[in-house]
Amino acid sequence: MSPSSPLHLAVALDGTGWHPASWREPVARPRELFTAGYWADLVAEAEHGLLDFVTFEDGLGLQSSHHLAPDDRTDQVRGRLDAVLLAARIAPLTRHIGLVPTAVVTHTEPFHLSKAIATLDYVSTGRAGVRVQITARPHEAEHFGRRAIPRIESYDSPVVTDLFDEAADYVEVVRRLWDSWEDDAEIRDAATGRFIDRDKLHYIDFEGRHFSVKGPSITPRPPQGQPLVTALAHQTVPYRLVARQADVGYVTPRDAEHAREIVAEIRAEQETAGRAGQPVHVFGDLVVFLDDDPAAATARRERLDEAAGEPYDSDARVFAGSPDQLADLLQELQATGLTGFRLRPAVLGHDLPAITRGLVPELQRRDAFRQAYEADTLRGLLGLARPANRYAAA
Amino acid sequence: MTKPLKQIHLAAHFPGVNNTTVWSDPEAGSHIEFSSFAHFARTAERAKFDFLFLAEGLRLREQGGKIYDLDVVGRPDTFTILAALAAVTDRLGLTGTINSTFNEPYEVARQFASLDHLSGGRSAWNVVTSWDAFTGENFRRGGFLPQDERYSRAKEFLTTATELFDSWHGDEIVADQETGVFLRDAKAGAFVHTGQHFDIHGQFNVPRSPQGRPVIFQAGDSEEGREFAASAADAIFSRYATLKDGQAFYTDVKNRLAKYGRGHRDLLILPAATFVLGDTDAEAEELAREVRRQQVSGATALKHLEFVWNRDLSSYDPEGPLPDIDPDVSENHISKGRAQVRMYRDPLAIAREWRELAAANNWSIRDLVINTGNRQTFVGSPETVARTINDYVQADASDGFILVPHITPTGLDTFADKVVPLLQEQGVFRTEYEGTTLRDHLGLAHPDHARGERAAS
Repeated sequence: MSPSSPLHLAVALDGTGWHPASWREPVARPRELFTAGYWADLVAEAEHGLLDFVTFEDGLGLQSSHHLAPDDRTDQVRGRLDAVLLAARIAPLTRHIGLVPTAVVTHTEPFHLSKAIATLDYVSTGRAGVRVQITARPHEAEHFGRRAIPRIESYDSPVVTDLFDEAADYVEVVRRLWDSWEDDAEIRDAATGRFIDRDKLHYIDFEGRHFSVKGPSITPRPPQGQPLVTALAHQTVPYRLVARQADVGYVTPRDAEHAREIVAEIRAEQETAGRAGQPVHVFGDLVVFLDDDPAAATARRERLDEAAGEPYDSDARVFAGSPDQLADLLQELQATGLTGFRLRPAVLGHDLPAITRGLVPELQRRDAFRQAYEADTLRGLLGLARPANRYAAA
Repeated sequence: MTKPLKQIHLAAHFPGVNNTTVWSDPEAGSHIEFSSFAHFARTAERAKFDFLFLAEGLRLREQGGKIYDLDVVGRPDTFTILAALAAVTDRLGLTGTINSTFNEPYEVARQFASLDHLSGGRSAWNVVTSWDAFTGENFRRGGFLPQDERYSRAKEFLTTATELFDSWHGDEIVADQETGVFLRDAKAGAFVHTGQHFDIHGQFNVPRSPQGRPVIFQAGDSEEGREFAASAADAIFSRYATLKDGQAFYTDVKNRLAKYGRGHRDLLILPAATFVLGDTDAEAEELAREVRRQQVSGATALKHLEFVWNRDLSSYDPEGPLPDIDPDVSENHISKGRAQVRMYRDPLAIAREWRELAAANNWSIRDLVINTGNRQTFVGSPETVARTINDYVQADASDGFILVPHITPTGLDTFADKVVPLLQEQGVFRTEYEGTTLRDHLGLAHPDHARGERAAS
């Protein structure tokens, strides 16, 4: 991926947008959050802008302004639909854009997730991905009652390292299950009466510290072979997960220098993991307030902060300005080795159309973004080949 | 005075892993591509069916230590396919079989509540159980559950899921943009469940869905299964699709309702049924014989016999006589992950009975399996099939049927075009959907209304 490659763009969909007061904007439609139509409109807008994919946030508890505990607030959006089902509900209504739901891997079964994402790949004919996420929240563990997660002080605790190791095993199982059927395993051989060639189905026999899974999958290998695996990463331990198991990592650089460091660290971890030769996209995450007049964007941010009663802070850099200024920033960051960006619109109803109708045309003018969808699959859009099956005889 | 005619309920079962789909037929298409599911669902909706049904299987079956390769194999994830089907249909109910053994209530409840939101109130859950360590090998839980605990876990699973569904009452989302109040109550979705299988508490994160809760199906036939259904299900997916067996099952299960304070109409009995249609009855009979031969190849017949004999019978000639050796009655069964194994509880008696049947009729192994295993439920002209279905329902052999065609995905088309209009003419099947939710189609009370009535009485 040379620095002059066109950049890739994704949008992260969450509630009415990433600013906690976004639901109070007139464009926000907060009463429709639990209807399919609301999400279908957002994804249609993203597809109109030729974006590579959208992600859908999810979680196993109510949203909270605290990282690790519930907050008892009533002034912010609370409640959400299962992201995999949401993505599946939208898939038949779209044709080109990738669909990447979030899945929590800490309390769920890799066998179930593997077939769910494989099926999302079937219903979208090759546009599925998944964003894997751990949870270290004790109260979410109590929703399952099967294991206790000790209270932690920070995300570099050994508890979290262990959860990420488990996540790496989880993704390994999911990937093996996707490969557990060879592409041509269904033979429908009338002469012998065999529907499948059982020699082309494989036990995955995964044995790990946290679980073991036998396989094969019940779902045949999905259209992309391996749907896209993505993860958000802020530190070394999650960078390692990205390097070991992901196709796309989302990172949160403060500036170009920081971005350069992160990319270098992920590439080094890739080398350690023996994946140096494999393309792994590193996307920068940014929260965006976009208005043609930069002052309007800043004023909007201040107005929303006032409605929220506190200034908005994020793990990702917060950008307020014009599409033109954002295009400058993205190109500057791209030069550090980032291959794309996942933008988190502050107010979906405002900033998503500003991305698709303001930023995208600006990037196209600069010859930095596609003019039309050039591939049928999500891997294709990202320049990733359809992988060979690890179990198929060479 | 004549009894008013019962209205028939009809559903369509998209065939999953099975030995009845005639996959070699030139008309047979993909059983895994979404276009097949979409075609099937649209046909069912065009015919004003109540719902589409998906079965489940969580491990590929094996026989003699090898993956079973003679039947349709491979199926999608239930939730994902149903959510996608919600996008290509407007009214059709979407029923999914989800195991209570290899799942957790919080996750399953939020998936069904999400499906109910995303389909505008069309979701249903067929609650099944599994004890089997063989399937458990695919799950981090493993094969942990003793057989005698499967219903106690299933029951507590359903109770817990219901507590989660009911943890939101429907009025919590205020979303008042002026005042800045999104949630009426910070404790929305609060729940505590302490029991034998689940000890969980916290807040459920999906607001109350259009149906309040999904419609609940149950499919087990044991004494415990019938009791479970009578106490907690809205409908039973039964396997008694003949008149006499159907009536006996119907009476038995409906009579169990009173002790749970439930009425006769609170539980629907819906057997699975297959069908073969022809222009005339004779033509349909001929076609049915042909379908049965296609469903049971020589190799399939031998494998089927192995369920009972529990031995490798591959050296036998399927066109020859039945084995004269007795079944192996040891616990370690040659077949893994197949429901049929549990149907043959006394292999020695079955082997004796089958040998006698074969001798009396001069049947080969394959003839025997064809004639005992796969006889279609309804065979005839559209007029005959429509009349028979109506007769069965009016005679309380069922409240309707879940139809399983033998061709994927077009096997329902003829039924929709030829049989449904006849039922409509007789005034026993809807010509238009009257409501928007699956509860509306099935004539089931909305749980919130039921709750209100109970509170008022």
